[in-house]
Amino acid sequence: MDQLNAVGRSVLRPDGLAKVTGRALYLDDLPENGCWHGTTVRSPHASALILSVDSSAVSDPEVRVLTAKDVGARNSVHLIHDDWPILADGRVNHVGEPIALVAAPTLARAQAAAKAIKVAWEAQTPVLELDAALRGDPRTGGRLNVLAKCDVQRGDVDAGFGEAEVIVEGWYTTGHQEHVYIEPHGVIATPALGEGGAFLGVDVVGSLQCPFYVHQALTHLFDLAGDAIRVRQSVTGGGFGGKEDYPDMIAAHASLLARACGKAVKIVYERQEDIIATTKRHPSRVRHRTGVKRDGTLVAMDIDVLLDGGAYITLSPVVLSRSVLHAAGAYSCPNVRIRGRVLATNTPPNGAFRGFGAPQSLFAVERQMDKVARTLGLDPFEARIRNAYRQGDITPTGQVLKESVSAVAVLERAKTATRFAERFAANEAARAGRKDDGRPLHGIGLSVFWHGSGFTGNGERRMMSKGAVRLRPDLKIEVLSSSTDFGQGTESVFRQIVADASGVTLDDVVVHVPDTAAVPDSGPTVASRTVMVVGRLLARAGAKLAETLRAFAAHQSGTAPAAVVLSHGFFETERGRTPFAEVAKRYVTLHGPLDAEATFEPTPGSTFDEATYQGDAYAAYGWGANVVEVEVDPDTFITRLTKLTTVSDVGHVVHPVMCAGQVEGGTLQALGWGYLEEMKMKDGRFLNDRMQTYLIPTMADAPDMETILLENPTTHGPFGAKGVGELPMDGGAPALLQAIENATGIALSAIPATPERIFEASRARKRS
Amino acid sequence: MSTTYRFTLNGKAAEVEGPPMARLLDVLRRDLGLTGSKEGCGEGECGACTVLLDNEAVCSCLVPLFQVEGASITTVEGLAPEDKVTELQRVFANEGGAQCGACTPGMMVTLKALLDRHPKPTRDQIREYVSGTLCRCTGYERIFRAVEVLTGQRAAEGEPAAPGGEVSRT
Repeated sequence: MDQLNAVGRSVLRPDGLAKVTGRALYLDDLPENGCWHGTTVRSPHASALILSVDSSAVSDPEVRVLTAKDVGARNSVHLIHDDWPILADGRVNHVGEPIALVAAPTLARAQAAAKAIKVAWEAQTPVLELDAALRGDPRTGGRLNVLAKCDVQRGDVDAGFGEAEVIVEGWYTTGHQEHVYIEPHGVIATPALGEGGAFLGVDVVGSLQCPFYVHQALTHLFDLAGDAIRVRQSVTGGGFGGKEDYPDMIAAHASLLARACGKAVKIVYERQEDIIATTKRHPSRVRHRTGVKRDGTLVAMDIDVLLDGGAYITLSPVVLSRSVLHAAGAYSCPNVRIRGRVLATNTPPNGAFRGFGAPQSLFAVERQMDKVARTLGLDPFEARIRNAYRQGDITPTGQVLKESVSAVAVLERAKTATRFAERFAANEAARAGRKDDGRPLHGIGLSVFWHGSGFTGNGERRMMSKGAVRLRPDLKIEVLSSSTDFGQGTESVFRQIVADASGVTLDDVVVHVPDTAAVPDSGPTVASRTVMVVGRLLARAGAKLAETLRAFAAHQSGTAPAAVVLSHGFFETERGRTPFAEVAKRYVTLHGPLDAEATFEPTPGSTFDEATYQGDAYAAYGWGANVVEVEVDPDTFITRLTKLTTVSDVGHVVHPVMCAGQVEGGTLQALGWGYLEEMKMKDGRFLNDRMQTYLIPTMADAPDMETILLENPTTHGPFGAKGVGELPMDGGAPALLQAIENATGIALSAIPATPERIFEASRARKRS
Repeated sequence: MSTTYRFTLNGKAAEVEGPPMARLLDVLRRDLGLTGSKEGCGEGECGACTVLLDNEAVCSCLVPLFQVEGASITTVEGLAPEDKVTELQRVFANEGGAQCGACTPGMMVTLKALLDRHPKPTRDQIREYVSGTLCRCTGYERIFRAVEVLTGQRAAEGEPAAPGGEVSRT
């Protein structure tokens, strides 16, 4: 691994040609082989007691109907807390909550039977959003129904406010966001049956991000040994976090039906069911109180983060933790207090969504910095650069940022690439002198942000993930991990990393599809951890494998192991070079396949105290700056995105085209959340539960993009790579709102910035 | 109430028996085994099921079977001979146009229709023509760029495919 041969190249992704030709088989494309079809009966109420579930009107004799009593004792999705029922038992806490499952030989028969099931309800008063949740929850005797708490403190905030020359306060609000992966959820569960049809276990294939999460959920549900459950990933059409938690649920449903009818059962959601039933991004309300010197230097930040968790805990405690840890933004401040709470509501549980709480709190802190800048008469760049983290600065958890700190670099580059300061000032001047002539208003906005790579705090230490490689008899090196590819390019970057770490060529490396029966548990595919954490494990495993082969080659040729190098697919010694395949063939002929594995190793000296929330919150951080340019129609307040410039430091870039693709796609998702995507709700039911009414950006909405990748390597990732997946979700919305403010003079503190919301703010401003 | 319908499918004569209001998407996927076209929404919003009907890009989830009588249908499977790819498909894959790939079949078909009409399209022409096919992964930039590379308006960023390029998921 003296020189890089594969890392850093934009090579063809292994699944690329299968995808452009339509040959890639997604869950619903797999042969059905006579499997049965499952469907789900759901609650129409946000909060209600279930008085009875009556399936006596189901006339189809072959149909199977399951209710809570058929689930068994362990009727909960096994995530952080076991509070999320697989089938509602006695009461429902949100619209769309599953009540009963139906399986039949055809989907039409299953759906017909589901319609015949009668449920008797006693509706109760639901808690539908944060305002109501703050008034107290009937389910907890009128007290606050707190699902999770997280507090961080550094320095003396009260003393900090004492030193402040100006104090700025603000409230910031964000709404639900739906993932809209283009392929909805789907799973096929095939039971393993013993004598007399006894249920021995289940084989699940599905559209999912985390095969071992599903494995854990099913072993818990059925109380079976690990080898009784097998979970494999089918080609997965997008995830964005939405296929982190919910596959546990749909896999449990299909597996329960498979157990009941002794047949393979397939469940595929239509879009509407997918939107109604699955998890969303947590809505948020964040309060900021900020003390600054007149020159803009931060001296105190007091932040309250409030998230709407929905009906059940699911992943809320870790979402909150990441939200709180990113809440003070990419800024150094000596005195910081952050209080985080997740409150329950009677809405579908909110769960994992790209960014995992950070986009909400970063939206708030970036808009607050805009308010600080406006109050002090600074431009947005000046207010940010003055406080942006430098190497050696200390975060609110007391973490010293020792390496790979690029807040200033991304800001400076974004400024020069877009001539930000001049153009921001020109737009401000143009607005001041403007006549109302109906022509579009121009705006430009800037944000800076950070995102921790890998699990929060002790997460990686607790998980102790493994990654492995195997030299197979066909002389290919096979990558074995549970990290899934749902579009990001996991398979490609793993091949590149392993090729260079072992010293072979890209063509020598293949990737095993994630399958709990065949790969080690390298943890879930979440938290921007795939390249940095799992990629590093695979690099270490690849290097170990190469070491064994070098020793073998040395032994065979009578030289010292140290004198043999494996590089670019050749074993090199002073006497000449031998192709990798030649040595590999001799090895497997003599010894059989060769395995090498690596287990996570914590950074020496790095600690995190979960009681005090002090220590190293993340091993490394990605850094980003966004500049968004808009045109706003002065009469309709319709916003058009005209240009997006992103500057990102995600360390050494493994695959430039795919890395840019992550940044561009993630940022457009962030912008969609910022001005377009709004989940409207009535009585706890999503009103826009279809793609016709829940709008995501189309090509007509997409701005031209300039994507700049700075490479500031970390020692924690393979070849210096950090995580990229979530960072792009963090800065689009606040930069967009600043651009709208630059264009119109209207400062919004809530997203999405729909024309209606801008219009309301404009009227409020005129009234005042 | 099944009827026999005859049409041209990917250049070959096809005959299907089914109810007149059967969705073309279901006929393709379930009856004819052509699973390349995807169902993303079932209401003509996402474009993942786009096929060419007499060279017009249409959402096959909105086309009733009776409408294809005597027509010519091209699906993603019919863009190139088996085991081959078109230049559009090759460049699209190389330039990062496909991530999760669920929109890609519809995108390939829509882009073919675009390029038949505008051999060297501007971004605004691409925007107008392709805005009915949604992608949630790419932010569309790499899709614009793939078209621009293909039509000689931009230099390639991805490496050309290695010989035998594709590696299967083993």
